[in-house]
Amino acid sequence: MATQATAKPAARAGRQSSSGSRRSSTERKNWLGGAFGWLWLLVVLIPIYWIVITSFKSSAGYFGTNPLLPSSTPTLDNYKLVLENDFARYFMNSVIVTIGATVPAVLVSFMAAFAIVRGAGRWLKAVNALFLMGLAIPLQATIIPIYLIIIRGGLYNTLGALILPSIAFAIPLTVLILSNFVRDVPNELFEAMRMDGSSEWGTMWRLAFPLTRPALVTVTIYQGLQIWNGFLLPLILTDRADLRVLPLALWTFQGQYSVNIPAVLASVVLTTLPILVLYVVGRRQLLSGLTAGFSK
Amino acid sequence: MSTSVRTAPSSVPAKVPAAAHTSTGRLGWLVLPALIIFVAFAVVPLIGVFVLSFTSWDGIGAISFTGLTSWTAVLTDPGLPHALWVTFLVIVLSWIAQTPLSILLGVFISGHQKYRALLAVLFFLPLLLSAAAVSIAYKALLDPNFGLGPGLNLGFLTQDWLGRPALAMGVVIFIIAWQWIPFHSLIYQGAIRQIPVSMYEASQLDGAGRVRQFFSITLPQLKNTMITSSTLMIVGSLTTFDLIFVLTQGGPNDATRVLALDMYLTGFRANQMGLASAIAVILVVVGLILAQLLQRIGGKDRNSQLEGA
Repeated sequence: MATQATAKPAARAGRQSSSGSRRSSTERKNWLGGAFGWLWLLVVLIPIYWIVITSFKSSAGYFGTNPLLPSSTPTLDNYKLVLENDFARYFMNSVIVTIGATVPAVLVSFMAAFAIVRGAGRWLKAVNALFLMGLAIPLQATIIPIYLIIIRGGLYNTLGALILPSIAFAIPLTVLILSNFVRDVPNELFEAMRMDGSSEWGTMWRLAFPLTRPALVTVTIYQGLQIWNGFLLPLILTDRADLRVLPLALWTFQGQYSVNIPAVLASVVLTTLPILVLYVVGRRQLLSGLTAGFSK
Repeated sequence: MSTSVRTAPSSVPAKVPAAAHTSTGRLGWLVLPALIIFVAFAVVPLIGVFVLSFTSWDGIGAISFTGLTSWTAVLTDPGLPHALWVTFLVIVLSWIAQTPLSILLGVFISGHQKYRALLAVLFFLPLLLSAAAVSIAYKALLDPNFGLGPGLNLGFLTQDWLGRPALAMGVVIFIIAWQWIPFHSLIYQGAIRQIPVSMYEASQLDGAGRVRQFFSITLPQLKNTMITSSTLMIVGSLTTFDLIFVLTQGGPNDATRVLALDMYLTGFRANQMGLASAIAVILVVVGLILAQLLQRIGGKDRNSQLEGA
């Protein structure tokens, strides 16, 4: 046991130092990669730049001017128009659905991951296998029965209708990633907790939970982003205007104001703004969240 | 590493099984909350979609069993091979558009230190946008009358992008690439940084150039990552819905009517839930076949990596 525990950090340290020296060895110029890198950056940035500057143009001033130059008389009218179209309500709906689905999804997945790693036996193995299989279930393919369940359950046109399936489809990947991290907690620590007379329940919250916190934050952000941007569930499970979440509101707004391109783009900016703020605050977590587990 | 793995099992049995044994009974219930909601809203619907494919339902009224009626209707409808073909095109073309560029950019961001922080911030912006937001923005940007092309008086950018079948497909592929290439290059970058330096140093001593190193070290070492990234790309393309729904609604002339959209339009616009369920089953089956194929290509070691044991 001890060999294993000490071997791991050593291997990790080795990897880190190797990537450190790799850095210096690749200081040689990589022209091809560099050229493509900057070119693709332009491809990424020009549309975003255009979206942002256009959202500050007046709908009249939009047509005559150079589309790549910011307006000389920027206006906030478009943003006002979007905000007047119940943006605050849609924003709140999105917040409720995202938090209401992400937090329970991560908590129940963490409990399941803890049990799968710490427990043993056929039951837990079968459950784990079921979750792994779940990774292959596409949400789109199950939307008709979900719709049926939601209407028969009297949940149609509620935010709960969006929350419940969102939790279900967040569980497989979250369990997979979290169980990988719970597995990394040294067994000695679990033993120590047991010696101190801690129950498994206590060990889970007081030992495993804090030690897997980086992974918890990461999966929370990843699933939160998925749910925040979700479109299919709200499209199918609600049809009341006051229950729209942001992506759906964006789509209906675009249908209503399709000729007013600056206003449509202002709505795009406003719906993305909250995530952008999160991105600026927690870029590192968000990026590792986006690739969670895939290059581990 | 390999020694520790091999010695571990022999030293473990003395202690752990006893502990694990006593705790199993008490831990089993911890999976219940996750299990119940997963079964109710993912497993049951998956079974339900098979059942519903043998019924007739308009989405509101009663559901009646009609045997194989839906299946014969779906399988004889020329719309199905068309939707399969369009889906195939999206999968293959978006893979071709994304993979080489993602690897190249992955190499680039794994090595370049100077602008890394700046690049990373800007590079990943597309990932934050919802598919709906991206589609709406591009719809405006590509508008043949009011978009970027006519505004700049650029003829080649002034096309009826979403009005002509081939162009619309091209736009869909481009937008998928625009949004997801940063993500995949990030995955490749992570993998490239794990390739041992010693391999590069050794080949450098042997006089291998940069290009040679890329093809004989970097690419082969990325095999597993390529399978992971390709799986994500293919599954993503297979289930592309929001983007096409907002951008083209499957048009023009069904040129971008992929399987997932075909299912939606059949079920929720034409109110034929039985037919739509049969299409959904086909979607699941295609997904499973593709996943199997990729596993096959990836070889046996793949499985253990996915489970992360």
